[in-house]
Amino acid sequence: MAVTADLLAKHGLTADDLGRIEAILGREPTLVELGIFSVMWSEHCSYKSSRSHLGKFPTEAPWVVQGPGENAGVVDIGDGKVCVFKMESHNHPSFIEPYQGAATGVGGILRDVFTMGARPIALLNALRFGDPAHPRTRHLVEGVVAGIGGYGNCVGVPTVGGECTFHTAYNGNILVNAMAVGVADADKIFYAKAEGIGNPVLYVGAKTGRDGIHGATMASAEFSESRAAERPTVQVGDPFTEKLLIEACLELMAGDVIVAIQDMGAAGLTSSSFEMASRGGCGIEMVLDAVPMRESGMTPYEIMLSESQERMLMVARAGREAEAMAVVAKWELDCAVVGRVTDTGRMVLTWQGEVVADVPVAPVAGASPVLDRPYVETPPPVPLPNADPQKIGSADKLLLQIMGLPDIASKRWIFEQYDHMVMADTVLLPGAGDAAVVRIHGSHRGLAATTDCTPRYCQGDPYQGGMQAVAEAWRNLTAVGAKPLAITNCLNFGNPERPRIMGQLVGCIEGMAAACKALDFPVVSGNVSLYNETDGRAILPTPNVGGVGLVADIDRLVGMRFADAGLALILVGEGQGWLGGSLLWQQVLGRDDGAPPPVRLAEERRNGDLVRGAIEAGLIEACHDLADGGLAVAVAEMCLTSGIGAVVTVPREAPAAIAWLFGEDQARYLLAVAAANEVGVLQRLQRGGAVARIIGRTGGDALTLGDAPAISLEALRARSEGWLPGYMGSSPEPG
Amino acid sequence: MRAAVITFPGSNCDRDLAVALAAVLGRPTERVWHGETVLPKVDLVAVPGGFSYGDYLRCGAIASRSPIMAAVRRHAGSGGYLLGICNGFQVLTEAGLLPGALIRNASLKFVCRHVRVRVETGASPFTGGYAPGAELSLPVAHHDGNYVIDPDGLVRLEDEGRVAFRYLDNPNGSLNDIAGVLSVNKRVLGMMPHPERAIEPALGSSDGRALFDSLLEELV
Repeated sequence: MAVTADLLAKHGLTADDLGRIEAILGREPTLVELGIFSVMWSEHCSYKSSRSHLGKFPTEAPWVVQGPGENAGVVDIGDGKVCVFKMESHNHPSFIEPYQGAATGVGGILRDVFTMGARPIALLNALRFGDPAHPRTRHLVEGVVAGIGGYGNCVGVPTVGGECTFHTAYNGNILVNAMAVGVADADKIFYAKAEGIGNPVLYVGAKTGRDGIHGATMASAEFSESRAAERPTVQVGDPFTEKLLIEACLELMAGDVIVAIQDMGAAGLTSSSFEMASRGGCGIEMVLDAVPMRESGMTPYEIMLSESQERMLMVARAGREAEAMAVVAKWELDCAVVGRVTDTGRMVLTWQGEVVADVPVAPVAGASPVLDRPYVETPPPVPLPNADPQKIGSADKLLLQIMGLPDIASKRWIFEQYDHMVMADTVLLPGAGDAAVVRIHGSHRGLAATTDCTPRYCQGDPYQGGMQAVAEAWRNLTAVGAKPLAITNCLNFGNPERPRIMGQLVGCIEGMAAACKALDFPVVSGNVSLYNETDGRAILPTPNVGGVGLVADIDRLVGMRFADAGLALILVGEGQGWLGGSLLWQQVLGRDDGAPPPVRLAEERRNGDLVRGAIEAGLIEACHDLADGGLAVAVAEMCLTSGIGAVVTVPREAPAAIAWLFGEDQARYLLAVAAANEVGVLQRLQRGGAVARIIGRTGGDALTLGDAPAISLEALRARSEGWLPGYMGSSPEPG
Repeated sequence: MRAAVITFPGSNCDRDLAVALAAVLGRPTERVWHGETVLPKVDLVAVPGGFSYGDYLRCGAIASRSPIMAAVRRHAGSGGYLLGICNGFQVLTEAGLLPGALIRNASLKFVCRHVRVRVETGASPFTGGYAPGAELSLPVAHHDGNYVIDPDGLVRLEDEGRVAFRYLDNPNGSLNDIAGVLSVNKRVLGMMPHPERAIEPALGSSDGRALFDSLLEELV
C-alpha cells in the first residue's frame, strides 16, 4: 500500500510520524496499522503535548491506592472500601450532536469506573456554553441536558452535581465534562493488565458498528464550522445496554473468572487491546472475524477504529470461558472469544485468515512522541487601583442583577431533569450544599463530590486560576463537613501548537499542582482536551477539577440551609474587597482589567481545617463557601435555600461597602451558628488563627445588606429561579 | 409478611425497593428475575421503577409481557397484594392490571423533585396507616407520568374511591392530579411517586414509610 501525503493527513499524522512508524515496523504500514498509529498517537490518546507537564502533579498520599495511568483513580475510604473516580471530556461530539455527544460522554465515564470493579454511585457534569444570546446556545443547552439525563436516568446512577456557566469564548466550542464516582471493595479492584499466556480475550457488550470512527482523531484537531458537518463520527449511546453491561460486569467480577478488563472508549478495540497488552507486557492475537458486528461488509480497519459504545474487552482464565459467557448471556448481551494472550509482545490481527496487522505493542502504546512544545507565560495582570465602586449603584440593585446573571441563576431547570435520587442514598441534594453527598450504601458514611473551575480567573492569571480551581473544590468539600481526599481533572484548552495557549496550560497545571501539594489533595486521574478552538478562537483556559471527600458521619454533614431565625452569621477569612476578575467587575461592569484574587494556600488550609473541625464538632447549622459574587451572593443563596432572610452589617473599618460585599477574596466561608455556640465558635476559629467575625443574623423574609434597602426573598427568588426557565422558553415553575 | 421485588432488564429501583421493604418489614426481600415463571410464596409482589427494556417501546410495554408476568397476574387474580412504583406502575397498566395509561409528561421533560401529594383514601391496605387527607412529601423521577384514562373510567375511579394519592402540585399533567390508583379490590396499587426513596429523614422525607407500615399492619 502506498502511503500518500493525503492519506497521512487524513490520519492526522506527519511525515516525521511515518518515518517513526516505518522504523518500528521495518516496512511500510498496512492501512489497518496506519489507522492504529493514527489513533494511538493522537493527542487524545497519547497526551503528547501535555505529558511532559502532567508529571508536575502530586499523585501520592497514604490513602491513594491507584494514581493516574489506569482507567480511573482509586482512593481508600476505610471499612474495606475504595472510591474510584474520574472526569472526562466529550466536547467536540457534544457540539456536533448535543444529545448523543453528552449521553455517550456519560456512558464512557461510567465504564471507566465500573471497569475497575466499582459500582457507580454518582455522576456530575461541568458544562460551559457560549453566550446565551448566540443563536446556537439554547439548542446546545437543551440537547446536552437532555442527553445527560437520558443516559444517567436510564442507567440508574444519580446525577447529583456539577456546574453550568456561559461565555462567548465557548460559542463555537462548548465543554461537556462528565465525572463518575464509584465504590468497590478494596480487595476487588480490577486492572486493565492482560496476564496469563494463552488466556482467552473476551469481547462483551454491544455489537460493533461504523459509528464514531476516528473520534479520537477528531478530538485532537481544531474545529471549524465546516467540520460541524462531521455527524457520522459521533457515537450513539444506548443506556439500556450500558445498564445491562454494568450488571453483567459486576456479576462477572464478583467471581474469579476475569483476569483483566478494559472498556472500549476512544479508539475502541485498538486502544483497549493495546493498553491491556502494554500494561501486561505481553502480546495479543485477535481474530477480527469473531468480533460481533452490527452491520455487514465491515472492514478490519473499521472494526479496529469503531467507537461503538457499551463494549468491554476482558481477559478470562483459560477454560472458564463458558462461565463468563453464561453470565453475559443472562444479561442478554453479546460475548465472544476474539483472541488470546501471547508472549510475543506483538499485536497480531487476522481477518479471513490473513494477517492484517502485526505490530509490536510497546512502541505503539508507550513510545508515542512526547512533545516539548514552546510556550509563553501569560503576562501577569496589573492589580486594580483602589477603585471606588460606591458610585456603581446600591447593593440591593446590584445583588438582584447578579442573582439573575446566567452564571449565578439557579440551575434547577437542569438538575430537575436528572434523577438525582435513584439508589436512595443521596443525602445532600443538588442545590442544598456546596458539594453533593451520597451515602456509602449500607453505612452511615458518605462521599462528597464537586466540580469546580473559574475560567475567567484562569484567563487573567493561569497560575492563580489553577490554584483557585483546586482550592475551591477543596473548600466546597470542606463546607459540607467532608475531609477532601483527592481530585480528578479535565484540562480543557485551545490549540497547544500556539505558545500562548501552551503557556496557559503550563501555568494552570503548575498552579493546580501547588494547591494540590499544600492541601494534601493529590491528582489520581484526569483527562486532557486540547484544540478547543473554532476558526482560530480559543476557549477560556478551563481546567475543571472534580474533587471527592469523605463524610465520616452523615448526621454531621451540613448544607447551606439554616432552619431558624436568630442565628449568627459568622464570616471566616479576610476580605479586602478584591474586585479584580470578580463577577461584579466583569459581568456587571463589563471590565476585564485587574488581576483575579490571589490564592493564599496556607490561609486556605488553616481556615478550611478550622471550619471542618467546627462542623465535625456539631457546632455549625449551615455553611457556604464564598465564591462568585462574594459575600452578598453567598448569603443570598443561603437565604433562598432556607426560606429565611438575614440582616448583614457592613463593618465600619471595611473597605468600600460594595467591594466588601461583592469582592471575591479566597479562603472564606459563611457559617450560620446557633446563639448558644457563637462565642465558642468565634473563639475556636480565632484561636486557630483565622479571621472570624459576626457579620449578621438570620431572620425575616428579606435580605438587608448594610445601609441598602431590604430585598424581599420573593424578589431574589424570582431573579434566581426565573432566568434559566425563561431563557429556555418555559415559564418559571411555581413554588 | 413476605415481599418479593421483580427485576426486569433495565429496572433500576429494584435494589432501593428491596432495601426499603427489608428495613420496614424486618426480613429480607425476595428478588425475582423477570425470566422466572414462578413467584416465591409471598404476600406482596412489588414491581420497581427504572427503564425496563430501555423503555424503547411504550414504557413498561415489553416488561408487561415478560415470563414472570403470568405468575404476577395469577397472584393478583387470587387476591394477592401488588405494588407498582413508577416504571412498575407503567408495567401494571400495560399488563391491564390497573386501568388507564401513563403518557409523556406535559412539560415533555423528565422531572425529578419532591412533590406534595395528598392521601385520598385511607380505605386500602396501602394507605390505612395515613391520616385521611394527610399531605406527604414524596420524590418523583419520571419522563412518562402523565396519567390518562377514558371519561367513564375516570368517573369509576373517583366514585369507587380508587384514587389513592393526588398531587397538590401536579408535576406531569396527570388527569385530576392523579398520582396513584387502586384496583377494584384495592389490593393492587400503582403510583408514580417513590415511597421507597422517602423512608428516613436522611433522604429528605420519611413520608413514604407509612405505606409499607400499612401493609405490615394489614398482613400481620
